[in-house]
Amino acid sequence: MSFLSRMSGIVATAALVSLAQPAAAADISGAGATFPFPIYAKWADAYKKETGIGLNYQSIGSGAGIKQILAKTVTFGATDAPMAFKDLQKNGLVQFPMVMGGIVPVINVEGVKPGELVLDGTTLANIFLGKVTKWDDAAIKKLNPNVNLPSAGINVIRRSDGSGTTFNFTDYLSKVSPEWQTKVGVNAAVEWPVGVGAKGNDGVAGNVGQTKNSIGYVEYAFAKQNKLTHTDLINKDGKRVSPTLKSFQAAAANADWANAPGFVQILTDQKGAESWPITAATFILVYGNPADKAATGDALKFFAWAFEKGDAMAEELDYIPMPNNVVQLIKATWAKDVKTN
Amino acid sequence: MTDMAMTSHAASAASAERAAVLQKLRGGDTVFYWMTRIAAVSVLGLLGAIMISLIIGAWPALTEYGLRFLTTARWAPNAMPDPVLGGLSPLVGTLITSFVALLIAVPVGLGIAIFLTELCPPRLMRPISVAIEMLAGIPSIIYGMWGFFVLGPFLADRGLGGNLSLFNASLILAIMVLPFITAISRDVFATVPPVLKEAAYGVGCTTWEVVRNVVLPYTRVGLIGGVMLALGRALGETMAVTFVVGNSFRLPTSLFSPGTTISAAIASEFAESADLHQSALILLGLLLFVLTFCVLAAARLMLARLAKKAGA
Repeated sequence: MSFLSRMSGIVATAALVSLAQPAAAADISGAGATFPFPIYAKWADAYKKETGIGLNYQSIGSGAGIKQILAKTVTFGATDAPMAFKDLQKNGLVQFPMVMGGIVPVINVEGVKPGELVLDGTTLANIFLGKVTKWDDAAIKKLNPNVNLPSAGINVIRRSDGSGTTFNFTDYLSKVSPEWQTKVGVNAAVEWPVGVGAKGNDGVAGNVGQTKNSIGYVEYAFAKQNKLTHTDLINKDGKRVSPTLKSFQAAAANADWANAPGFVQILTDQKGAESWPITAATFILVYGNPADKAATGDALKFFAWAFEKGDAMAEELDYIPMPNNVVQLIKATWAKDVKTN
Repeated sequence: MTDMAMTSHAASAASAERAAVLQKLRGGDTVFYWMTRIAAVSVLGLLGAIMISLIIGAWPALTEYGLRFLTTARWAPNAMPDPVLGGLSPLVGTLITSFVALLIAVPVGLGIAIFLTELCPPRLMRPISVAIEMLAGIPSIIYGMWGFFVLGPFLADRGLGGNLSLFNASLILAIMVLPFITAISRDVFATVPPVLKEAAYGVGCTTWEVVRNVVLPYTRVGLIGGVMLALGRALGETMAVTFVVGNSFRLPTSLFSPGTTISAAIASEFAESADLHQSALILLGLLLFVLTFCVLAAARLMLARLAKKAGA
């Protein structure tokens, strides 16, 4: 055997190995919403242990996630504000909900324990409008006759970046306050009348923890992990509810997924005595006819695994898993609309 | 005769050899000249390229808003039916925080430098110098965290605004630029010829009079340069300011209200922006670029005037 043919043999083997490797161990790449990041990270950890395939998820915000999937730099995008059905069609994207969760107002008022204070939608909107400026304002006192409230100014803390959490929060405020709807409106980034801005759910959580007499809003998992004081809310039926898995589920049960093209559903201000009023689903975007079919296939395998085995993990972090009938709808959509090998 | 011919032949050979060596050296010099020249010119090219790409990116916002961008305080990227984007609040915030920072840092920095060069016992000189240099080496994010966790609550407890305010940002910036001002002032103070100072002391001047009438006038050009460098850093500082400034786009009503700066606005909004919103953010970047350029130009102008006055 000549030196040359031996060398070419080595090179060929090396090439085969290097070709085979990324296909076997390629990580799934995704980017977007920060709201579901804790659960995606947990699922990814368990999935990696089981299959050896990791997930590289950049938790950079819903808008940025949409931008990345449109630029085709990631296999899937993740967003809390569902993309409108006509935009999905225009871009050849397929959208489905992955998990649901609750957004809670969090406060830092000395002496007030989690769940002790209750607010209604109008008062919450007025605080964020800058109309209710003191903790012992008549509107708050009327709802909380037995809570000892300081005569201190309310420090409003909200997001400085565009955010799906903000989208759902402002959607709720618009539904309960006509003034909010006309003055501020619904969006991932709005023109805040008052307050200071912090980046990300973790930024708001950190700021509320740090600032006396403050109020902010975060996804429930962030409130729990940072040991923040949440408030109760008065829901559409006029009942006082606490943020619990049960009240999130009660709100989610109202959603009519079957008749929503592109699964576009917003779950705020739902009816039902036990419904938590600021509940939201978070969505995944993939291409219907992706350039890298194997990568998209891997991503869908991961999501299918999460639907099948991830429910307990989701509930541990106070996310609400998608109900079984919705998972069937989602899988039917994959089979029909997403081309994988 | 033959002898002479031989020597002259040898001499001409030697001179030819010398010429060849010289030629080679000159060749090396030429290569060196062009290499350094290309390096220098590439900086200009780079600057131009950055400027051009900023202008291209900012063009949609520039044509949409024009000069109104500088006078509009409203920042509503998602307003209906059309977004309203004005750069006045970040611009005002940038100027306020930078100038308040300098107002605090310049006297303190000069004080430290004067103490170090004129009054300091040698035993203390080293530790203080090292401490100043270490201050310059701390990453800006650390200042941001400190401002957020320590300085903010401290100010809020004393009624100096909320946790996050323009004032908090100004104080953080002052601490950040302090080492620049101190280090440069100390170095330029060291350039004052001892004979000048000794002469002044000789005629009975106090230390204050020596500093006031000899050291400061002799070094003012260098001092202004140092202050301008510090201003340049304060104008562009991003991370630490984003942490503590409050990121609020409303026009600040006082030094103690939350605000935003150009760089903080870009840092917190760029990732989620699109279309006109993104273009407006790039326009803000262009504005900062122009602002910094103006500061440097003003510094040059002032220095030129001073030099002329000193000459006359």
